[in-house]
Amino acid sequence: MEKARVDLPPKGGFSFDLCRRNEMLTKKGLQLPGFRKTGTTIVGLIFEDGVILGADTRATEGPIVADKNCEKIHYMAPNIYCCGAGTAADTEAVTDMVSSQLQLHRYATRRESRVITALTLLKSHLFSYQGHVSAALVLGGVDITGPHLHTVYPHGSTDTLPFATMGSGSLAAMAVFESKYKEGLTREDGIQLVGEAICSGIFNDLGSGSNVDVCVITKGKTDYLRNHQLPNPRTYISSRGYSFDRGHTEVLSTKITPLKLKAEVVENDAMEE
Amino acid sequence: MAGSYGSTLRYKNVERIKSIGKHTLLGASGEVSDFQEILRYLDELIIYDDMWDDGNSLGPKEVHNYLTRVMYNRRNKFDPLFNSLVVGGVKNGQKYLGMVGMIGTHYEDNHVATGFGNHLARPLMRAEWHEDMSFEEAVKLLEKCLLVLLYRDRSAINKFQIAKITEVGVTISEPYALKTFWGFLAFQNPTKGAEGSW
Repeated sequence: MEKARVDLPPKGGFSFDLCRRNEMLTKKGLQLPGFRKTGTTIVGLIFEDGVILGADTRATEGPIVADKNCEKIHYMAPNIYCCGAGTAADTEAVTDMVSSQLQLHRYATRRESRVITALTLLKSHLFSYQGHVSAALVLGGVDITGPHLHTVYPHGSTDTLPFATMGSGSLAAMAVFESKYKEGLTREDGIQLVGEAICSGIFNDLGSGSNVDVCVITKGKTDYLRNHQLPNPRTYISSRGYSFDRGHTEVLSTKITPLKLKAEVVENDAMEE
Repeated sequence: MAGSYGSTLRYKNVERIKSIGKHTLLGASGEVSDFQEILRYLDELIIYDDMWDDGNSLGPKEVHNYLTRVMYNRRNKFDPLFNSLVVGGVKNGQKYLGMVGMIGTHYEDNHVATGFGNHLARPLMRAEWHEDMSFEEAVKLLEKCLLVLLYRDRSAINKFQIAKITEVGVTISEPYALKTFWGFLAFQNPTKGAEGSW
């Protein structure tokens, strides 16, 4: 008699089989390659008409700035955007993946995506990887049920908040929010407050810097204000440009060596067809 | 004003600001017993200085320098005093504010902070401090910072003291509490939009 095979659902997450081997190798002195982290300030807040998200634009690789002007506000759906902090590859991959899943879902249901759908997809994915997918996200959007703002942590827990900050610059930005946030802010006040919070992160946290990106999501309309503020311009650029006239540098000696023109004609065998 | 014992809030009445001599105020964060030891050292220092009876008294710069030497030397002996100290005062019309860390790092600035204050309060102070603030303005700024710290530092309690030192003298206020606001709409029913969330 054949034993009935139970159809198991596909297992997600990592297989931890090689962990013991890796530990032994590290003890013997093997260095695993490092990750590029975004060392970030990302914020979100709910205002009277919807949600405003903000992010800085510096991506770091240890002590070096890898990208001066990267995009940390990722597209999820026309009405949902997500800021990502943590490992750059993880935030990119996870948001891209959930964005495609949302698109397929929209085709199947023929309705606008909801923020909690994105939230549930993100949190169940991150939980199944037990925190090894290092993505800390601020997810915001406006759907049929209203404006929503959530934070998602690498281990898969989520918070629903009126204002949120994540990343290494989160304390500096949170200080600004805690002292200045009010409910029912207007669009201008909201954008101003988000800009202030990101600037606080840019100037007080070493992992954040460069420019401010802002995304305003309201019912039916989204404004992605890339590089809304550029508080770190390049200073000391010569306005005259860098053309130097003859005579600026003293010529000590001149030696002219004419190059003989050499043309080589190689006898090729005719290409055989 | 809280003195924690690990994760227990053990003492709710720790006075962290003391006046030193006639011209200086000292505030400390970190190990309370080490702060009491530092106060003993400074007591000796002030008494010996008074005994000279030469009309001169130690000002905030001198106290700051003395504390820097003490902290640095203890650190070199691998026996540090676990404190971050804030030294401020006025002498002969000159205002002074400085900080000494537990390894002897010291600097002078218009606004200083210890511990979590470095991350939460300094951004606010950098944005809003300006020359020639009135006492009321300054207290307002400090209370703003203290409120953020109360919300976001787990070892903080709603009990604060403000100390003021001018050429005239020292006033350390009585402990008081700040007004907090918890009435955000989103806090009323946080899982309304997302079941299973916090």
